[in-house]
Amino acid sequence: MKIVLTVNDETIRTDVEPRLHLGDFLREHLSLTGTHLGCEHGVCGACTVRIDGTLARACLVLTVQADGCRVETIEGLSDSDEIADLQQAFHERNALQCGYCTPGMLIAAQDLLLQDPDPDRNTIREHLSGNYCRCTGYHAIVDAVMTTAKGRRGE
Amino acid sequence: MKAPAFDYIRVATVAEACAALGQHGPDARLLAGGQSLLPAMNLRLASPSVLIDIGRIQGLDGIEVHHDRLRIGALVRHETALRDATIASHVPLLTEALRHVAHPAIRARGTIGGNLAHADPASELPACMVALNAVIEVTSPRGTRRIAAEAFFTGLFQTALQPDEMLATVEIPLPTPAWFFQEIARRSGDYAIVGLAVSGDRLAFFSVADRPVLRQATAALDLDPPGDLQATGPMRRHLAGVLRDRALFALGGRT
Repeated sequence: MKIVLTVNDETIRTDVEPRLHLGDFLREHLSLTGTHLGCEHGVCGACTVRIDGTLARACLVLTVQADGCRVETIEGLSDSDEIADLQQAFHERNALQCGYCTPGMLIAAQDLLLQDPDPDRNTIREHLSGNYCRCTGYHAIVDAVMTTAKGRRGE
Repeated sequence: MKAPAFDYIRVATVAEACAALGQHGPDARLLAGGQSLLPAMNLRLASPSVLIDIGRIQGLDGIEVHHDRLRIGALVRHETALRDATIASHVPLLTEALRHVAHPAIRARGTIGGNLAHADPASELPACMVALNAVIEVTSPRGTRRIAAEAFFTGLFQTALQPDEMLATVEIPLPTPAWFFQEIARRSGDYAIVGLAVSGDRLAFFSVADRPVLRQATAALDLDPPGDLQATGPMRRHLAGVLRDRALFALGGRT
């Protein structure tokens, strides 16, 4: 099926099979391998992207469903410097080890920070509850999000 | 895993959706947010030959009070409903229940109509609709049919929907009485081990049978829940009793 979508502000015209989910499209067709695939049934959050500004699981969206939509991946958020401070805070606080969950964590955390400039730890944990980390644990990740929120508030 | 191959049709109206359902028969499935159907397909628990994408039908995403009813369109997304001031002021039970539905990314895409039509016995919203005595409106080439929520959920992932019918709207009678909602889950966003939605004297348990189970506040708790990896049957029955006692205490100590 022929579709047109924008990925990280670039217009993509393509022809894809209906069964191709957005995660595979981004990785295999566009070589945007920052979108990680873990469980492929919506549980782990590694494939989190933004579609028309809201969070989505790339493994639970058919590429054809994204026809006409604006898709943003970790590459886009990273290149635009939108989350440079968040990335820096993750780095400084060691909020990652293997890094598999990190792109999804960053996008989900940024989604929260856009909605709530002053989240408490519980709110952060709740918002990131759909993103699994199997090595670092969550404490450092929550710390990094708190630090970023403080920084953005100018504290 | 990846979903098996299927044909994909995008429709623009409810009439087109019903016509496509009629044309393609029971192997076709409606696709809205896809947050339950696509995982089932990726796990190959479902393998429809045709997906009919209703996600872009206009006019099914309204939330409005109409006389003494709150009407919610099938394509309203969970996150939209969770943040909606009309729902929060008229049916706070629903707002509280929505906080427990999956995670932000799933809620951002999954739809209320899809949740109800999927009829997962562990899902929060079917039980809420049963407790709230909601009416589910379905559309087909023959017109509109109104089904009481209690009669809509007929079994494990089974509903009263006919093959060419589509869930269009859910309607909740107002005003809603005193309410209670709690669920017990191992992690935030997980399916409940046991849950309870209460509206007035209507207690709707979920995750205790193949569909929501309605009990009156004063009735004996005669549940016989199944066991699985999360909990044994007796543990579920015990937890259901705990939730019932908490509800009765919260709502004024009627025990």
